[in-house]
Amino acid sequence: MSVDQNTVRHIARLARIAVRDDELSALAGELNSILDWVEQLGEVDTNGVEPMTSAVAVTMKMRDDVVTSGNLQKEVTENAPGSEDGFYVVPRVVE
Amino acid sequence: MRNREPRNEDLIKGMTGDWEIVLGLEVHAQVTSNAKLFSGASAAFGAEPNTQVSLVDAALPGMLPVINRYCVEQAVKTGLGLKAQINLRSIFDRKNYFYPDLPQGYQISQFKHPIVGEGEIVIDLAGGRSEIVGIERLHLEQDAGKSIHDLGPSVSHVDLNRSGVALMEIVSKPDMRSADEAKAYVTKLRTILRYLGTCDGNMEEGSLRADVNVSVRRPGGPLGTRCEIKNVNSIRFIGQAIEYEARRQIEILEEGGKINQETRLFDPKAGETRSMRSKEEAHDYRYFPDPDLLPLEIVQADVDAIKASLPELPDDKKARLIAEYGLSPYDATVLVGEKATADFYEAVAKGRDAKLASNWVTVELFGALNREGHSIETSPVSAEHLGKLIDLISDNTISGRIAKQIFESMYKTGGDPAEIVEKEGLRQVTDTGAIEAAIDAVIAANPDKVAQAKEKPSLAGWFVGQVMKSTSGKANPQVVNEILARKLGLSSDG
Repeated sequence: MSVDQNTVRHIARLARIAVRDDELSALAGELNSILDWVEQLGEVDTNGVEPMTSAVAVTMKMRDDVVTSGNLQKEVTENAPGSEDGFYVVPRVVE
Repeated sequence: MRNREPRNEDLIKGMTGDWEIVLGLEVHAQVTSNAKLFSGASAAFGAEPNTQVSLVDAALPGMLPVINRYCVEQAVKTGLGLKAQINLRSIFDRKNYFYPDLPQGYQISQFKHPIVGEGEIVIDLAGGRSEIVGIERLHLEQDAGKSIHDLGPSVSHVDLNRSGVALMEIVSKPDMRSADEAKAYVTKLRTILRYLGTCDGNMEEGSLRADVNVSVRRPGGPLGTRCEIKNVNSIRFIGQAIEYEARRQIEILEEGGKINQETRLFDPKAGETRSMRSKEEAHDYRYFPDPDLLPLEIVQADVDAIKASLPELPDDKKARLIAEYGLSPYDATVLVGEKATADFYEAVAKGRDAKLASNWVTVELFGALNREGHSIETSPVSAEHLGKLIDLISDNTISGRIAKQIFESMYKTGGDPAEIVEKEGLRQVTDTGAIEAAIDAVIAANPDKVAQAKEKPSLAGWFVGQVMKSTSGKANPQVVNEILARKLGLSSDG
């Protein structure tokens, strides 16, 4: 599997990363060398092997249905570029 | 997808022939819980902006999701209520997209391995018809926050209180063929959810919203291209959106055009659907298993315990009401629409005339509740009191007509009907002497009418009215009729 410059542009766009056209070629090369490396893993026969989800056999921790957090309006909005009356304020997202 | 013979009544007549609508729905139902799906913030509706946002919901770096056990149980319970396959192992994935009300940059959802698989719902339609609609799956996912666009000229305001609240996305198979069927499907699904208590079904607050997939085809022919109408939040609007969208697609096809698969919005004010100007690449969600979460594993014993705790569901209740109380399928369907209503009915009907009880609940009580904007939960008349009223009718203490008068008084004051009867002296007069005296008085005062009545027996009705008036409606109507006929010389045997 390999990627071309259009795919790199597409991925960058999806990730909201600004990439100049003159950077595309170099990035495609880097990504392809990573993909080549991952490709080597495909040589291992994993037929019938369950995907490993954890290094140790544990089940997922669960929480009880109890309210343990909240009233952090100031804390959660203070790092935002814009806030007003307890809301986050962002550039208008609809026309 | 079920193979269904197209019904003539469902087809839409076009310029070039008949068309059949094919509908599938994705319903988002908010899980009724105290806390969110992966955080300890409150899931309650209507709080001040961003006051129910934990550091997990705000997606601050390093925060990790921990799943709410109760939300998992509610999803399993819903699955069982939909007679669906429960998957003991399911997996959470990240659905990636950028939007200001999604601080993580992805929604935690279930893509390939949902917690609930195939099930079905029986929908109830006009004329006693019912259809089975297949359920494709149910999965758990996070809700997004809320963007408000009208608080400033060039900005949007974002409230993350809803961000991370647990949703069940319930996906139907494309088994519906008319707007009425889609409306019946959502109605029934909502009823089941409310019986189970897993979602409050409050569409105004957004606890239940539907995405409607609409396509049209020649009857029984190959499937057409579908459009998805997003986030329709009332059952009436679902019907309107489908009617409009089907006609729009038919018009395009009949003019030789093609349907673009796209997402549309329903505008209730204009009564039309509009294309959402979706950006390119918007649907490249790049799902992958969320590395912050292990697979969700539940054990069969827990599923069995939940199954054992299920309440009687609407279809079973309806069948039982028909069998136990001899109700018509129509009355039974009306009564089981809300669990509280069915419970109320049963409390009234127990040990009494079931049909009379059904009339008083569905006609008199519902009529009054609807007029006053009350629900059964806030009914001023209790089941106990309505039952007593029916007893008073059954043992001839009061007439049906007086009962309606007493009911009005009960509705206003919440009072006990027996006390109202005593206090207002409404006991039915069956004493023939007293009734005879009242009749004699009316006859003596109206000699001209008596003469006329001999020519025209239908005038007897006027006399009955006068007697009822002079006895304030308390005279037993049957006794009045008998004595009056005799006195006027009208009775066949006298």
